[in-house]
Amino acid sequence: MSKTGNILLCGVGGQGILLASEIASSVLIKAGFDVKKSEVHGMAQRGGSVVAHLRYGKKVYSPLIEFGSADIAVSFELLESLRYLPYYRKETKVVVNTQKILPAPVSTGVDTYPADVLEQLKSRGLEVFPIDAFNIAKSVGETRAVNMVLVGAMSVFLSVDEKIFLEVVDERVPEKVRQVNRQAFLKGREIIEAMRPAIKGGKVQP
Amino acid sequence: MKKKRSHPDIKGSLLLSGNEALALGAFEAGVKVASAYPGTPSTEILETLCSYEGVYAEWAPNEKVALEVALGASFGGVRALATMKHVGLNVAADPLFTAAYTGVRGGLVIVTADDPEMHSSQNEQDNRNYAYAAKVPMLEPADASEAKEFLKIGYRISEEFDTPLLLRTTTRVAHVKGMVTAGAKEVPATVPGIEKMPEKFVMLPSNARKRRVELEKRMMKLREFAEAFPENRIEWGDKKRGFITSGISYLYVKEAFPEASVLKLGMVHPLPERMIKGFASEIDELYVVEELDPFIEMHIKAMGVDCRGKDVIPAIGELNAEIVRRSITGKKGGQVFEPVQIPMRPPNLCPGCPHRGIFYAISKLGAFVAGDIGCYTLAALKPLSAMDSCVCMGASIGTAFGMEKAIGKESLGKIVAVIGDSTFMHSGITGMVEVVYNRGFTTVVILDNRTTGMTGHQPNPATGSTLSGEISATVDIEALCRAIGVKHVRTVNPHNIEETEKVLKEEIERPEPSVIITKAPCVLLPEMKKRKDKRLYTIIASKCTGCKSCLKLGCPAIEWVPLAAEEAKKLGYKEKQKGYSRINPVLCDGCGQCAPLCRFKAIVISGGDNE
Ligand SMILES: Cc1ncc(C[n+]2csc(CCOP(=O)(O)OP(=O)(O)O)c2C)c(N)n1
Repeated sequence: MSKTGNILLCGVGGQGILLASEIASSVLIKAGFDVKKSEVHGMAQRGGSVVAHLRYGKKVYSPLIEFGSADIAVSFELLESLRYLPYYRKETKVVVNTQKILPAPVSTGVDTYPADVLEQLKSRGLEVFPIDAFNIAKSVGETRAVNMVLVGAMSVFLSVDEKIFLEVVDERVPEKVRQVNRQAFLKGREIIEAMRPAIKGGKVQP
Repeated sequence: MKKKRSHPDIKGSLLLSGNEALALGAFEAGVKVASAYPGTPSTEILETLCSYEGVYAEWAPNEKVALEVALGASFGGVRALATMKHVGLNVAADPLFTAAYTGVRGGLVIVTADDPEMHSSQNEQDNRNYAYAAKVPMLEPADASEAKEFLKIGYRISEEFDTPLLLRTTTRVAHVKGMVTAGAKEVPATVPGIEKMPEKFVMLPSNARKRRVELEKRMMKLREFAEAFPENRIEWGDKKRGFITSGISYLYVKEAFPEASVLKLGMVHPLPERMIKGFASEIDELYVVEELDPFIEMHIKAMGVDCRGKDVIPAIGELNAEIVRRSITGKKGGQVFEPVQIPMRPPNLCPGCPHRGIFYAISKLGAFVAGDIGCYTLAALKPLSAMDSCVCMGASIGTAFGMEKAIGKESLGKIVAVIGDSTFMHSGITGMVEVVYNRGFTTVVILDNRTTGMTGHQPNPATGSTLSGEISATVDIEALCRAIGVKHVRTVNPHNIEETEKVLKEEIERPEPSVIITKAPCVLLPEMKKRKDKRLYTIIASKCTGCKSCLKLGCPAIEWVPLAAEEAKKLGYKEKQKGYSRINPVLCDGCGQCAPLCRFKAIVISGGDNE
């Protein structure tokens, strides 16, 4: 049986994770894969922690990623990159938006935001790709395009042509904001590409 | 009115969630009438279906009404659909059990969306038990593609066997997206029109006794049907280990044991006994893998088939491939990293949420808060901690009244019921009638935020619009309460905490029934998001003493900045000050609830005269 690719996307409700995972799914479908994507609606959306599982391959059965088997993890918020640690394995490429969104126990002064999130990841031998997606999105003129920057960032690890990504971005976002979203995507991609020499395993091939 | 989609729009292979696929299935099956009450994980079925041409889709006030509407549509000769979350079927159970007797004219399918793991629910009931108890067939798809096909098959079964049919999904079927191929649109055989069939539709005991016999005959026929039903299928593999499974569990079994033999049940009630026995006889080690109750296991054990199931597979929560593998082989999964202790990120009321104001005021009363279900249930969490019970939709008023009767006069001023507008419409009105009729003195707070917030902003009878976006009559909650006989009905603005607190204190002490309606729209409604007159608040840092009063609101926009020993002095604060509060301008919604809470007048309108 051929291997199934596992992409975990996590962050905070309202960050556009669902659209990002939707775009990644469409891209993988266009590239000829079977895709299953799992997410939970309802309670989770009220500012809580949100996670989406995306699995692709020749034929995908279970929609859920197993512990220790994520190929790529994309965390839309700094702290959240630690929450799903059990899903990671040593080779997981961890893309982390360094933006902080304070969880309630921190903003109310009951708990503190850990200062060493990236170090905690790196100390476990993980390949970590930090990216300041919020400010990148801001620089292209649309703070809401954070998710597109991150789609661009993760695209580096998928053996799918850039053209297909851009096609799907065009299909998915309204005409008015198409150009900024394209820019956000390309910027995210470019920044991670620049870290390329540091990338060990190269592309993820299911 | 929202724009409608016609069939030529929907072609080829699509990435759809189970719920979207069910909507497409309903459309392709030629469903004419669909009714539902929102509830995770079922809500998107009707939200999607209402966009298709030629289908009437609506939000009913509750699930019982939704099923009755669908049943009526079936009596009227068209294919009909009712959808609900698992607990919704408890509310609709009354019509369900007798609809099994009447049978149908047009096909009738009821979708029940169960929520193993309780991602967004108050319990984890397994609604397969309803199929058995109500004596109706049940189909259980494993993914989006099957969801669409099974719904269409469901209508054929419903019409052929003259029965309502249950289709059960679970969260991981309803919300998982997968590939679905659009198909042809069917033309149902029945035609709309009035046909009187009293011996079938009037369930007087004399008629019902005859239908009762028909019901058993129908189940016999369905059992026979199940034996040859192509969606009950065997995938032969290694016969040393074999699995009987259905729904999402099938996918976990395939993932965990790709080489094993599998009997996949598309229909979980009634079960194909001969097929199961035949399969079992070829297998050395037989397992039943199912989430929640040992439903299949129990029934096949009753057939005299020996198998293993809940002795190894957990009965609580969701399964996944790893759990299935580990339960059976004892082999640990591939987990490399242990979880680390980090701050939790629980869901929270939004910045600017009107519920925060009323619950802050309620928390000052020190009363027992008989709560209900909605976004406002989040007020039970810290720091508001302002809810003391929450059972099921509508329960707040009855439970408050029951406590009052238990404790007597002494409870006056010590109990308050709180219920949302949608929940009041759903099943709170009868509780209100109870209080007035049985001479109680319950104080009921109705949270009118003009929408059904928790499930994603569906309009309700107190909103003034329908599912498809048409303007409709708005139930006047105040007039309704007065008509029931409540003499003291007051409306407050919950963002004005002082005023709200005052009114609450007055009403809770009153030895008569009273209602307080908090009126302020949900901040996530489009008209609230778009509003231009928003004035954000800010905290004058130099005035903040670090007393943390503002943090008691639990507003995500108010952030505590801790200060190290040296820092306070450097910033001009008293040396001992442990930190200060600030307002995150990106999150602030300008509700102003926080400003009066600051004794030091540090919270002011941003850019205003006082800044
Ligand atoms: C019987 C039943 N049906 C549906 C639900 C799902 N549900 C939970 S809360 C809720 C509605 C809440 O709306 P409202 O009372 O207006 O409060 P809001 O969320 O707007 O604050 C719904 C539909 C449920 N829990 N039980």
